[in-house]
Amino acid sequence: MGDFFTVSVLVATLASGIRLATPFLLAGLGETIGQRSGVLNLGVEGVMLLGAFSAYYITLETGSAVYGILGAIVVGLLIGLAYAFITLIMQAQQGISGIGIYLFGLGFTDLLFQKNVGTPKPIRGLGEVNIPLLSDIPKVGEIFFQHSLPVYFAFALVPLVWFMINKTTFGLNIRAVGETPEAADTLGVSVNRTRLATILIGSTMASLAGAALALEVGIFQQNLTSGQGFIAIALVYFGAWRSYGVMLGALLFGIVQATVLQLKTLGIVEGANSSLLAMAPAVLTIVVLAIVSRRVAAPGALTRPFDRAA
Amino acid sequence: MKATSTKVVASAVTALALVAASCGASDDAADAPAEDAPAEVAAEAPADEPAEPAEEVAEPIKIGIVAPSAENDLAWTQSMVDSVNRVAEGRDVEVAVSGGLFVVQDAAAAIRGYAEDGFDLVIAHGTQFGAPLQEIADDFPEVSFALGTSTDFFGKDNIYAYSVEAGEGGYVNGVMAAQLTQSNVIGVVGPVPAGDAKLYIDGFVAGAEAQNPDVEVNVNYIDSFGDVLLASEAAKAFVESGADVLTGTAQMVVGATGIAAEEGVPWFGTQSNQTDLGTDIVVASQVYHWEVVLNTILDQIAGGKLGGEAVVISLSNAGLEMEFNDSYALDAGIKASGVATIAGLSDGSITVPSSE
Repeated sequence: MGDFFTVSVLVATLASGIRLATPFLLAGLGETIGQRSGVLNLGVEGVMLLGAFSAYYITLETGSAVYGILGAIVVGLLIGLAYAFITLIMQAQQGISGIGIYLFGLGFTDLLFQKNVGTPKPIRGLGEVNIPLLSDIPKVGEIFFQHSLPVYFAFALVPLVWFMINKTTFGLNIRAVGETPEAADTLGVSVNRTRLATILIGSTMASLAGAALALEVGIFQQNLTSGQGFIAIALVYFGAWRSYGVMLGALLFGIVQATVLQLKTLGIVEGANSSLLAMAPAVLTIVVLAIVSRRVAAPGALTRPFDRAA
Repeated sequence: MKATSTKVVASAVTALALVAASCGASDDAADAPAEDAPAEVAAEAPADEPAEPAEEVAEPIKIGIVAPSAENDLAWTQSMVDSVNRVAEGRDVEVAVSGGLFVVQDAAAAIRGYAEDGFDLVIAHGTQFGAPLQEIADDFPEVSFALGTSTDFFGKDNIYAYSVEAGEGGYVNGVMAAQLTQSNVIGVVGPVPAGDAKLYIDGFVAGAEAQNPDVEVNVNYIDSFGDVLLASEAAKAFVESGADVLTGTAQMVVGATGIAAEEGVPWFGTQSNQTDLGTDIVVASQVYHWEVVLNTILDQIAGGKLGGEAVVISLSNAGLEMEFNDSYALDAGIKASGVATIAGLSDGSITVPSSE
């Protein structure tokens, strides 16, 4: 066990935890914005897959990860429009619609991959970007400032999302339509327009989360996200619908995952204990969710469609 | 009334989305039992035309494959699909593949679908499909089923079990890896300690330690067959802790090979030839030739025996083959030791210690 508590291993573990947390954080922040406006999107996983495939495929074809990211943004917006149409215009039940989006993403990306790519082909991802000066700080630089661009982007979004929700008129509208849409409507706030905006933002961020994942590992394969979108949704509850809470949850999940990985890599934990330990992140999430759910209330109109004529 | 209509339309749209998703999710599964499903391989199969018109036109043998991952995953599923395609070059067979069925219930539906559609042989290519297969096989006594990897055919007359001595190729790779490492630290990324993954890894560790007792082989079972990011991080952790040679097994290793390529660390593959994942770093791959299993089973089906037997592939029966990557500048001495180990394992002069 002493092998784990060396500076180099701890530094590597924390850096790994931050990388692992990034897809959860990006998708979780987007879902937070959506849920604060009363829209639950269980299709995050599917959108992540679509974003991952589009980023991967475009990068494979063009050789440019930047084009890949732009493609993922477009795909995220398109899926967001589809989801908005289904839930806002058609007023379909959000939970079921989200599952439909997930299944669509899972199946469609597999189909596209089989037909257009076939055998997995590695791509060149974004690579690490060392922040000048900061990355040279011993240990701290290795942990925080030697990552790929999506990592910096995701963590930079945390205060921005907090600011947007809590300090802007748009944020006030989001909170209003998420709590009492009827009252917001009475005050002249367009509920559906606000929700459309949050759905598009959330979907785009989920797509970017998938793109970040594909570009980090430099490959795509069926079901690449392996349930990360669902974990991101759980982290929204974990974080009590607050951007810093979601970041804390994502970091906790990522660092626990990285710790388990290091313990197994160093041979400190083996056999059945290793399998038990692998469950640690999920168990931790469930425990915290159970605690949080008793203390923090969800947005009042979460999953509730708004029909002005009703 | 308007609201009701809207909700009906919404429900229909959602249902369509679900249907579309289902079509995509099990692309092959949905099509598999259909008439056009076998076309891809059937088109490649040689036309064994009779010399003169026969009174009865022999029907091709219809084979359905149900597998947990994509049919071109460069690993588990592809090993079977490639093998069936090779068998199709010499036999009159029609093949349909349902890949990506990692949910056992979906796989069970596909297995049953093939059986109902009159397929002669249904291959359940995944140990996890054993439980539903036991029930399905009883409902279709005229259909032959195959389950792998498994040595247990559940006492059924219409189930073949097939497995692989994956430890043999692991041993060969381990012998070479122990000579390639400069740091004497080797990293192994595995899914779960079971099946052919465990056999391969145990064989690899045994081969490395037999070659160089000072070598330290660290194994990380990440408890997932599909988490590419976790496999990538595991490989990164190995490299950061000093490993200068890597190997791994199962479909999520594409994440680990990415790190190996990025860091220039030699990689040893298994299941399929993984050279495409890194022409500069893949040293050699153990390739499964399931055609040994398939030919045995097809011969027996032709003779009227539908199951009740276990078939194993190994280096000695040519079911396993070590394929070297010619683009990798492997030291001639190391390659020679690998070739000698292959010969030793084939003739029995070298044996792989049995797994725990």
